[in-house]
Amino acid sequence: MDEILLTMTDVCKAFPGVKALDHAHFTLKKGSVHALMGENGAGKSTLMKCLFGIYAKDSGEIRLQGRVVDFKTSKEALEQGVAMVHQELNQALKRTVADNLWLGRYPTRFGMVNEKKMQKDTKALFERLGISVNPNAVMESLSVSRRQMAEIAKAVSYDAKVIVFDEPTSSLTGEEAEQLFRIINTLKQQGCGIIYISHKMEEILRICDEVTVMRDGKTVATHPARDLTVDKIIRLMVGRDLTQRFPPKTNVPQETVLSVRGLTGLYSHLRDVSFDLKRGEILGIAGLDGSGRTEVLEALFGLSARKKGEIRLQGRPILNRTPRDAIANGFVLLTEERRATGIFAIRDILENTVISNLPAYRRLGVLDHKKMKQDTDRMIRTLRVKTPSRRTAIRTLSGGNQQKVILGRWLLTEPKILLLDEPTRGIDVGAKYEIYQLILDLAAKGRSVIVVSGEMPELLGICDRIVVMSGGRVAGEVDGKTATQEQIMTLAAKFA
Amino acid sequence: MKRIKPLPNTRNGISKEDRRRKRNEFLIDNSLYFFLTAAIVGIVIYDPRFLSVPSLVNILSLSAANLPIALGIAGCIILTGTDLSAGRVVGLVACVSASLLQMTGYPNKMFPNLPTLPLWAVLILVLLMGATVGLINGFCVAKFKLHPFIVTLATQLILFGILLMYLMNGNNNGQSLSGLDPSYTNFITGSVLKIGSTAIPNYVFYSIALTALMWFVWNKTTFGKNMFAVGSNQDAARVSGVNVTATIIGVFALAGLLYGVTGFIEAARIGSNSAATGLNYELDAIAACVIGGVSFVGGIGKIRGVILGVVLLRIIFVGLTFLSIDSNLQYVIKGLIILIACAIDMRKYLVRK
Repeated sequence: MDEILLTMTDVCKAFPGVKALDHAHFTLKKGSVHALMGENGAGKSTLMKCLFGIYAKDSGEIRLQGRVVDFKTSKEALEQGVAMVHQELNQALKRTVADNLWLGRYPTRFGMVNEKKMQKDTKALFERLGISVNPNAVMESLSVSRRQMAEIAKAVSYDAKVIVFDEPTSSLTGEEAEQLFRIINTLKQQGCGIIYISHKMEEILRICDEVTVMRDGKTVATHPARDLTVDKIIRLMVGRDLTQRFPPKTNVPQETVLSVRGLTGLYSHLRDVSFDLKRGEILGIAGLDGSGRTEVLEALFGLSARKKGEIRLQGRPILNRTPRDAIANGFVLLTEERRATGIFAIRDILENTVISNLPAYRRLGVLDHKKMKQDTDRMIRTLRVKTPSRRTAIRTLSGGNQQKVILGRWLLTEPKILLLDEPTRGIDVGAKYEIYQLILDLAAKGRSVIVVSGEMPELLGICDRIVVMSGGRVAGEVDGKTATQEQIMTLAAKFA
Repeated sequence: MKRIKPLPNTRNGISKEDRRRKRNEFLIDNSLYFFLTAAIVGIVIYDPRFLSVPSLVNILSLSAANLPIALGIAGCIILTGTDLSAGRVVGLVACVSASLLQMTGYPNKMFPNLPTLPLWAVLILVLLMGATVGLINGFCVAKFKLHPFIVTLATQLILFGILLMYLMNGNNNGQSLSGLDPSYTNFITGSVLKIGSTAIPNYVFYSIALTALMWFVWNKTTFGKNMFAVGSNQDAARVSGVNVTATIIGVFALAGLLYGVTGFIEAARIGSNSAATGLNYELDAIAACVIGGVSFVGGIGKIRGVILGVVLLRIIFVGLTFLSIDSNLQYVIKGLIILIACAIDMRKYLVRK
């Protein structure tokens, strides 16, 4: 049981301007689940990428079962029994599940791909893990959680000794997560070492044996999970006391500003959605994956076509046919998929910040660069974006910092209604708290906020009211102060 | 808030290996400039006349003639597209300009009864023609979600057909158009500035002015910022309230306008225009853009890169002639240079591992 599978010692890695890993340590025992925790940018993902050969470490040593290894490619790592389930899935979306699973090592027969064997092996693997995914489904057509299950199956199929899970549950529903935990437990029984990266404390304390915390590229501590509490972990992660997970509520809802009646999607399954939003209110939208919670925001913002439905802003009917319309009406939307629809990866922070507010900098057709720089610097300061400079390409920032830049982009447009889709997805506790504080401050200043989230504690922590979606319809509404998770779950299952 | 510890730039704290790697990276990243310098030095040693005033003015003029079309195509490449119709737009515009501005009394005049038209009227007409083609390209790309490669492949064919039909007009019967009105040729190839005894043709200045204008459009206007945003991530641009359709159409229309300028200059510069005028111009322009770092990755490119690319390509062409290298071999060298330049350029956008 206490046999050492993997040791990483004194691993260093520097990127231009940032020291991502500073003599980091990590030890993984056989047959155990080891959590790797830390704020965004603490170096968890970088450490794992160094292990996996995605990044070349600058210095340090990695031993797998006592043998020094230095993988140059992820393929090499896989072949030696080190697999990783990535946070951001890199899959060939136009290909089938089975194709993706055996990509790079198709079973062949007489030089041709042996489809039959592929099918058989895939089915056997899925049965063993209790995964119900059609091997012939095209990846693109599956939900994120299904795709992730396929990814996990792929890792397992390599007979991996070490499997890294990078935030596997961030897009899973409760039930799917349970299934994942069962799979992890099976792997553990078989003697695998699991490295589990997550921000969800309860989950970690439940399934992990050991916890290693990183901060600023250094390993802070490793403790058995049974000796830890949520508060202790947070303290280790942020290096200071964080008494509460949610800031105190300071906003007071006023009169109704937005009323939505009978919102029905033309191509989505959204049906007859009605609700009101008050000035200075934070309204949560809860629901399972596929319940239509994201679609509500997209329909409101003019990103998806509406069949019918009325939107009234301060009593005045508005159309919001396109995002441009919506922005002109004082709406903003923070999307769920940061990389796909949020950031301009190769452009710098300044351009990413000002893009939605360009008309404000225009004088006689010329953009005022000085003002754009001032505004960008102000946003970097007030939102506390960790970056070497405003000229840095946004793709080099961590997820939390990218999220702050996009928030900054929207704040510059002085919005009345903020639509936030999973605002804290993939963001660490410290930064989460900051984002909650920001949302509350905005509401306290009289802005109205709609937060969509799959994390119920988050909604209960900051929302005044919560609308629960189920099967594209509104299943009910609960009060943020008095509701319980059970109540929300019951509603969420109503039309599912 | 925790501050990020910057890496020290000083010699202290950086290992020898790091320094060597940094130096290598610097060499590779700036290799175009080193290559350019080395090439010039090499050619000059072989034949010092390469640096004589007439030779330099020749390179300058040829670069200036090719710059507008490259600036237009650069915008399309920034949108992760391309434009294969550019050369044919140049050809059509050149022939239309030439046919409308032939001198009175020229024996083979296409329209014998046409009075001498004012230059500006023809210029506006042909600019509109170029912009219209660009508008159609952009519309198809933006509205029908077609790849620019397909759209411009089609319009390029259509334009060629129109050009061939146009050349059958009047007395011309498909022949080359020459005998241009002196006011036209003077306006383009005439000169107000001489270096020693070498005249700098006027179109060099038009080209410089146009480049300055394009720099302004790219860097100082909403349209420019939107163009880079759409090229970098179209979906994010839409969510951010950028009018994606208008931006795409605008970029292609502006490109068409610039091809119009090129065609108007080219007709007078060449003097005798046929269906072959403008043939494959887009390929040189695309090559110049990618050499200058306007990347097919999308959302990346600078005006100075385009200028550098155009000039570099021109120096190579002229240089190869100076070295009296076989013209067939010149194509091979040209191809290799494009390959190598792009490979070096691509390095910058790869995630360092």
